[in-house]
Amino acid sequence: MSLDPQRHLAQQIQKIPRSGIRDFFELVLGRDDVISLGVGEPDFSSPWHIREAAIYSLERGETSYTSNLGLLSLREAIAGYVSETFDLRYDPKSEILITVGVSEAIDLAFRALLDPGDEVIYHEPCYVSYNPSIALAYGVPVAVATKPENDFSLKAADVAAAVTPKTRAIILNFPTNPTGAIIDRKELEAIAKLAVEHDIVVLSDEIYSELRYEGAEHTSIATLPGMKERTIFLHGFSKAFAMTGFRIGYACAPQVLTEAMMKIHQYSMLCAPITSQVAAIEALRHGAGPAEEMRQAYANRRNLLLTRFADAGIPCFAPGGAFYAFPDIRATGMSSQDFARELLDEESVACVPGDAFGPSGDGFLRCCYAASTDSLREAMTRIGRFYRKHIS
Amino acid sequence: MNQLLELLQKNARQTDAELAELLGREATDVTTELAALEKDGTIMGYSAILDQERYAPNNATAMIEVRLRPERGGGFDRLANRVASFPQVKSCFLMSGAYDLLVIVEGDDIREIARFVSETLSTMNGILSTATHFQLKTYKANGLRQSVPGELERLPVSP
Ligand SMILES: Cc1ncc(COP(=O)(O)O)c(C=O)c1O
Repeated sequence: MSLDPQRHLAQQIQKIPRSGIRDFFELVLGRDDVISLGVGEPDFSSPWHIREAAIYSLERGETSYTSNLGLLSLREAIAGYVSETFDLRYDPKSEILITVGVSEAIDLAFRALLDPGDEVIYHEPCYVSYNPSIALAYGVPVAVATKPENDFSLKAADVAAAVTPKTRAIILNFPTNPTGAIIDRKELEAIAKLAVEHDIVVLSDEIYSELRYEGAEHTSIATLPGMKERTIFLHGFSKAFAMTGFRIGYACAPQVLTEAMMKIHQYSMLCAPITSQVAAIEALRHGAGPAEEMRQAYANRRNLLLTRFADAGIPCFAPGGAFYAFPDIRATGMSSQDFARELLDEESVACVPGDAFGPSGDGFLRCCYAASTDSLREAMTRIGRFYRKHIS
Repeated sequence: MNQLLELLQKNARQTDAELAELLGREATDVTTELAALEKDGTIMGYSAILDQERYAPNNATAMIEVRLRPERGGGFDRLANRVASFPQVKSCFLMSGAYDLLVIVEGDDIREIARFVSETLSTMNGILSTATHFQLKTYKANGLRQSVPGELERLPVSP
């Protein structure tokens, strides 16, 4: 007799739907003829100097636990990097926590902040883990849709309209997965004012902040007046340094918040893997050059994709960051799901349907351009052909 | 850093239109810039990069350290240019350190290179000594690695 999930699984888990990405992944799996623009990670391996540092660390026998917070030398390197890059000062001894990816840091932050029923505002379409992470921490996810006419950037007025007395946190992610959107400094300032006024904590997921194009600016909300004391700054190594498999990230926050996250982290994770921590130190010390080369490659591919979307007559705004384009396929009259499935069937190209990132992503596709220029060209030829066929 | 040249160095067979697409520029604009770079000699030519171990497995390559007697007025230039003129010399560099010229020579086999060194190079006036090192195996050439183990397949769809 098999277990009765109703009886044995937590209510909390039963309520969480399967991820739309996983559904789509299963359709693609087992087909080897597919050109995929469906990934959410760099197509580069980690730069060799980083891999080499990890190998050397293993050779030296560095296979132990580290401090719960993470290696002090890594926290110091992060303090330096964050200060230089974002103009933010954190004390490496008490305000920086090394995590297993930004993923863990998001989970820790929500669990540290929320009581059952507390509301968290997030902008949508967004990274797939925000909504379930809030729910798993017994919070109430409150989505604010970003709009195509604003190039999916967030407007402070829309955030203001979603604030209630129960709002405890806002999570921001610019540049955004899946849209590549960035945010206006003016809007960011207005959101900061709201947060201060209503005494709300802000989680700022800045994992794509190095990957910006055509002079797009980036400001961390933590630098704005009154914000550092109420911001959890989240960052990691997965995207800019192509280190997704190392599973390493960090949270910077005032000591009370860091301590609270640390309470969970020390019992659930103990510490991030030491090999990855050593690799991360190497990335911060010597990784700027290779990271810039990768950014430049993404910039070239972004140009290629935008040119091809324009040639094919598919509307697509110029994304300021990350490595995603978010073209508008509404003129076909198809839903994102239908478009993506039929595109996969007819042309063997995989793009993730926009509504996998929230209902407001329907009518759009996430196309990741972290792929070789040859496959991007071929994929764009096929997408163009498919679009023409379905638009009439 | 010239973006266009960086892309061209990775793959010189891209068309001007393809390069323009990557750079977000007009194709005619790229054509004009390349013509100017060719004209002023920044771009010296375009060539194929071959895996010599496949294309010509019996070919031999040697790095020859050469010591020269410097000449009044010209230093090493006159002799170095004479050495560089031999077609079997693929590269020729003036070096700091224990010797003067590093000469890279290719030949159909080891014997041909040996003959070039003993009969031609070392007998030239002004050449004081040579030391010849034959290349045994290639791990990386022209920035490209030889026989790299296959890359891990990435997930086709991820968050
Ligand atoms: C917006 C965003 N945040 C966080 C993550 C997770 O990153 P990490 O690999 O550091 O856990 C991703 C990964 O796709 C992401 O897109």
